[in-house]
Amino acid sequence: MKARRVRAALKGWGGVGAMAVVLALTAVFALVLPLSQSRGDGSTGTGGQGVAEGAQTKAEDCTNPQDQSLAPSGEDGETIQDIRERGHLVVGVDQNSYRWGYRDPNSAKKTSELEGFDIDLAHAIAAEIFGDPDKIVFRAIPTNERIPAIQGDRVDMVIRTMTISCDRLKDVAFSSPYFQTGQQVLAPTTSDITGYDASLANKKICSADGSTAWENLDADKKSGKLAASADIKTTVPNQLDCLVRLQLGEVDAVVTDGALAASQAAQDPTVELKGEPFTTEYYGVAMKKEADDLVRRVNQVLVDYRKNGWQQSYDKWLEPSLGESAGPPPVKYQ
Amino acid sequence: MTYTPNGGSAPPGAGPPTMPAMPPQPGPPAAAPPAAPVAQPAPAGPGGPDPTPPRRTAWAEGVDQLRAAATTEPGRLRIIGAALALLLVAFGSMTAWQMTERSDAADNVLSSSQPLSADAALIYRSLATANTAASSGFLAGGQETAESRQEYERGINTAADRLINAAANSEPGSESAETITRLNKRLPEYKGLIERARSNNRQGYPLGGAYLRYANAKMQVMLKDAEDLYKMENQRLRSDYNAATPYPWIAIGAGVLAIGGLVWAQRRNYQRTNRVLNHGLVAATAASTVVLLWLVVGHSLARAGLNDSYDHGVRSLNVLNDARIASLKARGNETLTLVSRGAETKKVDGEVVDAYDNDYKIQMKDLSAKLAAAEDLADDSAGESPVKGATENMQVWQDRHKEARTADDSGDYQGALDRVIGSDDKKPTGQCFDNVDTDLEKALEHEQGEFEVAAEDGKGAMTGLPVGAAVLAVLGASGAVLGIGRRLSEYR
Repeated sequence: MKARRVRAALKGWGGVGAMAVVLALTAVFALVLPLSQSRGDGSTGTGGQGVAEGAQTKAEDCTNPQDQSLAPSGEDGETIQDIRERGHLVVGVDQNSYRWGYRDPNSAKKTSELEGFDIDLAHAIAAEIFGDPDKIVFRAIPTNERIPAIQGDRVDMVIRTMTISCDRLKDVAFSSPYFQTGQQVLAPTTSDITGYDASLANKKICSADGSTAWENLDADKKSGKLAASADIKTTVPNQLDCLVRLQLGEVDAVVTDGALAASQAAQDPTVELKGEPFTTEYYGVAMKKEADDLVRRVNQVLVDYRKNGWQQSYDKWLEPSLGESAGPPPVKYQ
Repeated sequence: MTYTPNGGSAPPGAGPPTMPAMPPQPGPPAAAPPAAPVAQPAPAGPGGPDPTPPRRTAWAEGVDQLRAAATTEPGRLRIIGAALALLLVAFGSMTAWQMTERSDAADNVLSSSQPLSADAALIYRSLATANTAASSGFLAGGQETAESRQEYERGINTAADRLINAAANSEPGSESAETITRLNKRLPEYKGLIERARSNNRQGYPLGGAYLRYANAKMQVMLKDAEDLYKMENQRLRSDYNAATPYPWIAIGAGVLAIGGLVWAQRRNYQRTNRVLNHGLVAATAASTVVLLWLVVGHSLARAGLNDSYDHGVRSLNVLNDARIASLKARGNETLTLVSRGAETKKVDGEVVDAYDNDYKIQMKDLSAKLAAAEDLADDSAGESPVKGATENMQVWQDRHKEARTADDSGDYQGALDRVIGSDDKKPTGQCFDNVDTDLEKALEHEQGEFEVAAEDGKGAMTGLPVGAAVLAVLGASGAVLGIGRRLSEYR
């Protein structure tokens, strides 16, 4: 099995493409095979697109990026001390992802609070650190600014439907996964697009700049998995901007995480998800690479949150568009 | 009474008596005909027998005839009369031509290019106002207020209205016409996006915000075009000024020449006849002196008026318009800082800052510089006081803005919102912006008035000059011809 994977990587799949394959494989075999050290696979390829560019460190042990987080701990460290002294947590979020992080213009509260599944989690973390869920400053961040915002200390953490990936692990640290999803194609109901397949030939496909969706599209187009005639030039700051382009007829399809695609479909009854998810991805809370204490602390919060809070938040925000949930994804630490 | 002082005219021996028999007619016709009547006898004489002259050109013959005419005093007088009449007519027509040109340019300044430049500024302002109103409406959370909707509608309507006017006044195929066409095309696109943003907002979808961002991106392109249009119209205004103000040197030169000619003719007359006054020539001299004085004084006055209208009107108007645009941009950036919540960043001197807040600061700096310049340019208290008011309001705005930023940075987003777009009891910066805008509008109105008065004065100083100059010049020419004719009749 290991040999096959290594060969796949060497054949010249982009690092990201290989990662996608690895992810798919691990999704199938994760429970069967014991985790073993495997070197030189996955992300050592030539991928490095987007945010990971120029950060080509040799990533070892990267088969299951979602299982690379540190064990939970409730200890205060340097990072948490700094946050306490500041008096509030600064969280990078999205304000455009329906049901994940957004402002409801019709909110009865008459305030401009952000709300959604990601926002609930942010409040839970603030509540744990400060004892007050509102000691928080939200910073809206475009998709391609998530990692620079963390590295530049503009935010303490990013909770923004961010996929845990091997490439990103080189730049930031992730918490344990709090949600499982996969890339999916969104297109008008009447479109002849059937999914992530040959029907995308000659179509214009929109994705968010710096998203895993774009990385996949780019790698698959290079490898030939995606028709060469597919036009993936249209990239936007936020996945929701893709729906604008789709409605205006500037693109034919959108590729994004299934969870987000579903929230787009929820805002427009004339579009739908086409085909099955073609990747498996996990969302995690991203933090600064050196902030071990914060990572452990967030994982501690997540341990409790999975038991109490996660399901309620899911039912409130996501159940209407995603349907019943089997619960949070399984967790393994480093 | 026909003398032939010397038999100089050798060749065909055109009988001296033949030609002077004819010109008894006095007055104007005499001015032109001298060449004609003389012309006939000359070829008549050698016509048949001599075959040599066919090679001679009409010009050479004319010169010969002139030379022949110049040998007699009446001939000389005719030439002098013709020359004087020519000079005077030339003076009159040069004056009429140059002053018509300048007067037209002055008219353009007043009735076309300045209003168009003001329109272009208004187009920019209305577009920016509409965009700011749309984004503030969104920012308010929930549904936009009737007030912000009205402001948006007003902005769009004014822009559309002014664009039609600008299109009608632009030269087809010119760069500004193309810019106007582009703006006209994009305006409904922009409106469409805003409508989509609204309907999605109504349904509670964040998609509304995405449409608003898209609309804003489109508006930024439109604002760039509107700014270009404003610059182009300003250039046109400047070139109209440049066409209206230079001294009409050709006309002045012609005038000096004509008067010089008249003076010389009278002096010659005096030396020959010892008579001091020749009524016709004196009248001609008086007429041309009047025209020359009118020309110089009238144009100097016009020039002074126009320059005044530029220095105290247009320059002030430009600075005030720039200030108003800067305050609008600053306001737009202030609200977008809150809309985007730090989504857009920029590196300034190695430090990552919020792109919109950074732009706000740049615009505020610009606003304060423009206000200072406007205060310097204002030449009376009526112009100065609204500018001072605007400066004070701007300072309050900056103070409140700082409070809003502090609130936002410490996590109090709602507090920051209240201080930017909240109701008046929350002391929002919106109030200060409105005050600055009102003050600037007052100042603009005042300077527009100043401009119009000065430009009207300038244009008025040229009124009647082209026609008056033409009429007087014709009168002068007639006087000169009559005067010479009078002398000429003495030879009969």
